Amino acid sequence: MEYRQHRLKNGLNILAECNPQAYTSAFGFFVRTGARDETSEISGVSHFLEHMVFKGTPNRSAAQVNLELDEMGSASNARTGEESTIYHAAVLPEFQGQVVELLSDIMRPSLRVDDFETEKQVIIEEIKMYDDQPPYGGYERMMSEFFGKHPLGQSVLGTVDSVSGLTPESMMSYFKERYSPSNICFAGAGKIDFDKLVEDLDKHCGQWTPFSPERSTKTADYQTGFVSMHKPNSHQQYILQMAAGPSSAQEIRFATAVLCSIIGDDSGSRLYWEFLDSGLAESAGMGGYDYQGSGAVMTFICCSPEQAQENLGRLAKLQQSIRNEGITQKELNLAKRKIASHIVLASERTNSRMFSIGSQWLSEESFKTVAEIAAIYESVTLDQIHEALAAFPLDQNMTVTVGPCENLVAPN
Amino acid sequence: MEQQIFHHTYENGITLVAQPMPWLESAAFSIAVPAGCRYDALSQRGIANFVCEMVQRGCGDLNSREFIEALESLGVDYSSSASLYNTNFGGAMQAAQLHDALRIYADVLQRPSFPEDQLEDGRLVCFQEIAALGDDLAQRALQKLRTNFYGAIDGRNCEGSLETVQSITLNDIESFYEQHYRPNGLIIACAGKLDFDSLQTHVGELFQDWQAKPDPIVSTEPANHGVEHIEHESEQTHIAIAYPGVAYSHENYYLNRGAIGVLSGGMSSRLFTEVREKRGLCYTVFASCHTLKDKGAVLCYSGTTNERAQETLDVIIEELQKMALGIKEDELRRLKVQVKSGMVMQQESCRGRAGSIAGDWFHLGRVRTLDEVNEKINELTVESINEYLAANPPQSFDIVTLGPQPLEFEANGISATQA
Repeated sequence: MEYRQHRLKNGLNILAECNPQAYTSAFGFFVRTGARDETSEISGVSHFLEHMVFKGTPNRSAAQVNLELDEMGSASNARTGEESTIYHAAVLPEFQGQVVELLSDIMRPSLRVDDFETEKQVIIEEIKMYDDQPPYGGYERMMSEFFGKHPLGQSVLGTVDSVSGLTPESMMSYFKERYSPSNICFAGAGKIDFDKLVEDLDKHCGQWTPFSPERSTKTADYQTGFVSMHKPNSHQQYILQMAAGPSSAQEIRFATAVLCSIIGDDSGSRLYWEFLDSGLAESAGMGGYDYQGSGAVMTFICCSPEQAQENLGRLAKLQQSIRNEGITQKELNLAKRKIASHIVLASERTNSRMFSIGSQWLSEESFKTVAEIAAIYESVTLDQIHEALAAFPLDQNMTVTVGPCENLVAPN
Repeated sequence: MEQQIFHHTYENGITLVAQPMPWLESAAFSIAVPAGCRYDALSQRGIANFVCEMVQRGCGDLNSREFIEALESLGVDYSSSASLYNTNFGGAMQAAQLHDALRIYADVLQRPSFPEDQLEDGRLVCFQEIAALGDDLAQRALQKLRTNFYGAIDGRNCEGSLETVQSITLNDIESFYEQHYRPNGLIIACAGKLDFDSLQTHVGELFQDWQAKPDPIVSTEPANHGVEHIEHESEQTHIAIAYPGVAYSHENYYLNRGAIGVLSGGMSSRLFTEVREKRGLCYTVFASCHTLKDKGAVLCYSGTTNERAQETLDVIIEELQKMALGIKEDELRRLKVQVKSGMVMQQESCRGRAGSIAGDWFHLGRVRTLDEVNEKINELTVESINEYLAANPPQSFDIVTLGPQPLEFEANGISATQA
């Protein structure tokens, strides 16, 4: 296993974990751009652009891009979030040169009008699809309530109206403001010929013109409150709760991740014993959402409408008792054991290593090996856990609930 | 990448089947107990699932909480579920813990304590699983479709209904366990960094006292073919289509699998291209091979806004019918690369392999090695697939739609408007 990095003259970062023993190779472009970088007029443009990237270039039609990805037998996809857009493909090592050339080419899309209008319909279908799925817009509402006017409160998908209003021109000008090589990292993992990778990327991307995209990473002014969304034909009630958490650069995020596991893992956690083992909820969990400059921890409960008010009370009481009595050493040890095991399992997937490398670059620009990450989690102490609990009080939160209940209230 | 599969069947009928993956640091197991929901009595629908929940609420010397803690202290990422034929228990972990994890499951399978004070909590968990289905519109359409296509037993879901789960007693649970949790027909599949000889000895010691039991009788219910609409005020209409396919064990399986790969295997596949890429009708559209032990189906799904649902259904049916005219050389070439690439990628996950070899053993009584699958794929030709498609053209569609409005359906010259 060898970690290699290189920066092209125009600022494009190349990072790879080269493992000659691996059977596959995974590659991805990680772009520091997402919903937080949009204005309300172009809400949803990052995600729509992610779709359009697969719609062809001056060198290829949309159909050709799909054909070539399939001809390599690649497992490829893309995703857009609040602050990142990621394009990735895993292939057998013999296809390294071909897939790197293809991914590089599609990163300079044509945005042809016909393709644009057809794909707009697909995006609208995607928005409608999520409208039919739990928690029925609850997450978007949560983000906008919790982050208030801060850009992190902006929706990734946008709305049918905002997406309908987008044009190839407005998308192109967004592209020209965000897709600078200095704002992009190319990450790879698996069986990789790194020297060839650098040579190829220099050939395909070396002529991309650099500029300096800007992003405000001012810490959000987190909002608290209680919001009820009425969804009469939903069977279950969905409760989302967000409290402040560490940003992606704060050291305390590791202790917070362990804390999330202790309180909200899908097995053996506080929420598990309170809500799942007892059958009081269908699902319950807690996880961290860390961004540049801001962060949150979100608690999620899905239960029957009849049980919802009582569960809100139980959750508040549980948070209170955790605050007053803290976490035990035994809980910490079990959580660490579990995390160590997850790290080993995840490290065996080439794709997951590629994501780890790219995501580390997105948030902090420093690289940690699997062993280093495992060692950091292993070193988390009970004091650090309690420090995280004190720094990010769970009972100061924004709650959004969605479902058939009309009269839910915040617990006392 | 050399692939070795070892297996051993013990006197009481348990089969251990394993694939060493020495390049990994992890290991996984997948246990299939022949106690699936096909054995649920009609008045006790959901009992296999309920028993699956209850065997994990105290076993051997462990109470419910100690059981979970024991797994967590080993770092086992575990799961369990009832399916039509089997109740499955799985786990993945660092390789050194595999033997200790199996020791815990030896208690789950042979020595559950069924504590009375856990019964109502367990029942509530089962209720939650039933409720969860209510909000999953795509699954609701597909579930109804499977029930219509395969009949009320082979096409059933394992959760049962609130009424039947409410009526199940601790006594019912104990007698279902006594009858159906048995070593004969039970499969323990392991994959990862492991030594087969010591694993075989270990599993032998853990389960040697368990006595075989008689095979239970299974009944069947007739299919309910046709077109059905479930009315629901939703943003999208959820369209689910089934037609006859072939079982995994059938000699034509790879011919059909090849054809479905062309139809729905990648971004250049026919459904993705015609429904999504050219017309922008949906975000999700797919067709897949579904298999029971003795028969199979092709299941298709798409979710699309209500005003475009009719066109989506029409285009999908047209593409399905067009398959009878055959596939092309370049389509088959892409498919072959994809299948092979997918097989290599699967070798990165011991969890995926443990599940696959358990499935192979259940359906075939042996495991298809990578080389064998490779050979089957290499043998596929445009001629052989087209011959198969001409003899077995996609037809006799069963359709379930879920949304505000029924759709019109016309196929094979017979038109039907949904009631």
